[in-house]
Amino acid sequence: MKRVAVTIEPLEIAALTTETLAAGAGAMATFVGSVRSDDGVTTLELEHYPGATDRALEAVADQAIARWDLASATIVHRVGPMMPGEPVVFVAAVAPHRQPALDACAFMIDRLKTDAPFWKLERRGADARWVEARGSDEAAAARWHQPPLPES
Amino acid sequence: MALDLLYFAWVREAIGCDGERVEPPAEARTVADLMDWLETRGGGYARAFADRARLRAAVDERFVLLDAGIAGAREVAIFPPVTGG
Repeated sequence: MKRVAVTIEPLEIAALTTETLAAGAGAMATFVGSVRSDDGVTTLELEHYPGATDRALEAVADQAIARWDLASATIVHRVGPMMPGEPVVFVAAVAPHRQPALDACAFMIDRLKTDAPFWKLERRGADARWVEARGSDEAAAARWHQPPLPES
Repeated sequence: MALDLLYFAWVREAIGCDGERVEPPAEARTVADLMDWLETRGGGYARAFADRARLRAAVDERFVLLDAGIAGAREVAIFPPVTGG
């Protein structure tokens, strides 16, 4: 089962967790990204490319389901203005055992960071700054690349 | 042929709008050609397209390299490297 969504509403992590766990497959790994509050950010604004975002999130979830044979894959990403401490993204992988769930969850957040068209604007009081992409994110996503299958 | 352009993040801010419909010249065959053409408008366009290494693009909602062709495309989006998650 696949669930991807982009929403302007605050993410209800407890409810998302409970709903996702209800699939009852044995193991669930989750990742929650939140607005950091340690460097003076007063507001974070998330912009996205509707249509392309849905397509990108669906592709990431589909790849995770196929590669780890998941019972379910969930990606819910918030957009619009949000405050420090508020969740930005919820990712969950449900599988019969822990290792595929943990690996699939890490895969989804790593790939989302480089493949999905979201942009962060950090506000510190009157100052606004677009967050720059990090090379370490590209490296994290690249570690999931699989060698092509040998031709038969 | 009419082409819808979309701009995001600081590209949108530099140009001053989130999108527009344009009629690029026939010699604009790739995304990079399109940027060259838009850049000649000067002002915010020149600022937005000055450093191509900081730009990414999508043709009809699919991510492409800047040398990708735009023949038959309905929509081209231009934006900085993504920073979600």
